[in-house]
Amino acid sequence: MAEAAAVPGGPLPHARESAVRRLLGNPRVVLGGAVLLFFALAAVFAPLLAPHDPVEQDLMLQYIPPAWSDRAEPGYLFGTDNLGRDILSRLLYGAQIALFVAVAAAAAAGLLGTVLGLLAGYLGGWVDAVISRLVEVWMAFPAVLLSIVLVAVMGTGLHSVIIAIAVIDWTRFCRVVRAETMAQKQQDYVASAVTVGLGRMHILWREILPNVLPLLIVLFTLEMGIAVIVEAILSYVNLSLASDFPTWGTMIADGRKYVNQAPWLMILPILCVIALVLALNALGDGLKDALDPVMRK
Amino acid sequence: MTAPQITPGTPPDGPILSVRNLHLAIAGRRRRTPILRNVSLDIAPGEVHGLVGESGAGKTMIGKVILGIQPSRAVVTGGSVRFGGRDITHLPERERRRLMGRGLGLIPQDPMTSLNPAGRIGGQIADVLRLHLGMDRAAARARALELLNDVHIREPERVLRRYPHELSGGMRQRVLIAIAFACRPKLIVADEPTTALDVTVQRQVLALIKEMQAQDGASILFVTHDLGVVAKTCDRVTVLHGGRVLEAGDTRAIVEAPQHDYTKALMAATPRHDRPGDLLQPVPEALTARLNEEALAYDAGPDTTSASHA
Ligand SMILES: Nc1ncnc2c1ncn2[C@@H]1O[C@H](COP(=O)(O)OP(=O)(O)OP(=O)(O)O)[C@@H](O)[C@H]1O
Ligand SMILES: [Mg+2]
Repeated sequence: MAEAAAVPGGPLPHARESAVRRLLGNPRVVLGGAVLLFFALAAVFAPLLAPHDPVEQDLMLQYIPPAWSDRAEPGYLFGTDNLGRDILSRLLYGAQIALFVAVAAAAAAGLLGTVLGLLAGYLGGWVDAVISRLVEVWMAFPAVLLSIVLVAVMGTGLHSVIIAIAVIDWTRFCRVVRAETMAQKQQDYVASAVTVGLGRMHILWREILPNVLPLLIVLFTLEMGIAVIVEAILSYVNLSLASDFPTWGTMIADGRKYVNQAPWLMILPILCVIALVLALNALGDGLKDALDPVMRK
Repeated sequence: MTAPQITPGTPPDGPILSVRNLHLAIAGRRRRTPILRNVSLDIAPGEVHGLVGESGAGKTMIGKVILGIQPSRAVVTGGSVRFGGRDITHLPERERRRLMGRGLGLIPQDPMTSLNPAGRIGGQIADVLRLHLGMDRAAARARALELLNDVHIREPERVLRRYPHELSGGMRQRVLIAIAFACRPKLIVADEPTTALDVTVQRQVLALIKEMQAQDGASILFVTHDLGVVAKTCDRVTVLHGGRVLEAGDTRAIVEAPQHDYTKALMAATPRHDRPGDLLQPVPEALTARLNEEALAYDAGPDTTSASHA
């Protein structure tokens, strides 16, 4: 049959490449990603990079100012605190804790919220009614207050901080994922999957979930930013780790007491928190823009 | 019940699909809006059956009822759909799923949106094979490759690894045709499978569907609004308007000597290869108005829900 002759298989456009190019062409993605990478490297290589033990006290070395001051000491780039601990080393280990909490909390919140959001959006009916009500009730509580109460109940420690953030912020994921799942469910590819006999759970996890993934990456990044702030707040009010542990929030809280003699004790960790949170937000927003055409297709 | 008594052991020459006196309405807030009115049609094994009519005639809805994917507001208010002698009008989801793919298949209207944008072509074909034929990964991949060859896709190994957005509309429709035929269903509903494509690609895809059907022997319900396509493609044809069957029979007979005024009007509105100089006449408004009145009169009639003979 002449008309059914073979159609050319190529040349095919390389859409994958163009997606990468679109990401790299977005300044917020590049800038946010670069700053995040910087902190990630600092955190991962903290044991190698830190010039001193972050918790070692030396009362002979109190209040050394940062390198740009004239009273600076060599070997203490960012100076020392009231107990003679090296600030740079503490900031590096602080990055480790901040990023660990951010990733773990965002993953936990994302897992819980995504599973419930997918089920609510896809199954609809009473499942959706129950989950949606739960989200509404949940969101009626003020978040920071709730997290403080939770940590107070569970006891201080990193695990409580992570659980507290997850327990509070799963609703963010749930609402967005539910709406997106409902939109995906209307797509023709879902109808085709039904007409070839694929089961509902196969369709939900193997067909719809991959299409929700770009959105999840965006939510995850933004949630990491939130987690960094919440962890800092909880450390600040002394609900995270024992205070000799170098979290940024603890450093800010400690530094506040000596803000007149040694303002760098407070300013440096604040700058770290701000830089990391801004980077995560920029990355998240940039990813949202860059992935949007893909997600809408 | 006016349906012919068919027991599960259907004779081989009985229809593979038999729609009998089907009534369907969309449930609204106050009332039900009738969409299908006493529709009957039979499709024999290996038959390509055309379903023609203007937009809104209910062609897609018939296809959806057969596949069991009508919207939840669409209620079958009478009649039945039998497949291989078995009543499938109200099949529970599990049994319906077992029928899909192996018994019934679909070639969708819009190839651009009917493949999963997040999955590779190979995986999407393999999923169906593994589900219904219990193939392992390697066997499914090998079979997917064969299927892509069957639908004349060049460099099938490369296409297997592609994502849908990397393929043209015609290529995607070929992939969807491969998926529809993958598990050798007995009946495939093809709902305007070429309207979303370029004119040049339309002819190729049409030819491909015919070729695959001839090889495989599946029956096809071919939905279109183009009698010209029906004349080239279908063995028999049902003419639909306002959810009513106006005329049905052998394609040759109907194309050469249409009985119903509407079929005649549709013929006059269809470009013909044999008479390219003809001026095309749109379907007269007076005729459409008359048909709409007839449909309403039918709804108001004494036996709207009881399955009456036309
Ligand atoms: N989900 C729905 N809700 C309400 N009404 C619907 C729905 N789907 C279809 N209809 C109505 O059912 C009737 C038949 O629609 P259908 O899509 O079957 O027509 P069609 O013959 O396939 O037309 P087309 O050639 O435009 O595809 C139309 O009047 C349409 O408005
Ligand atoms: Mg239609």
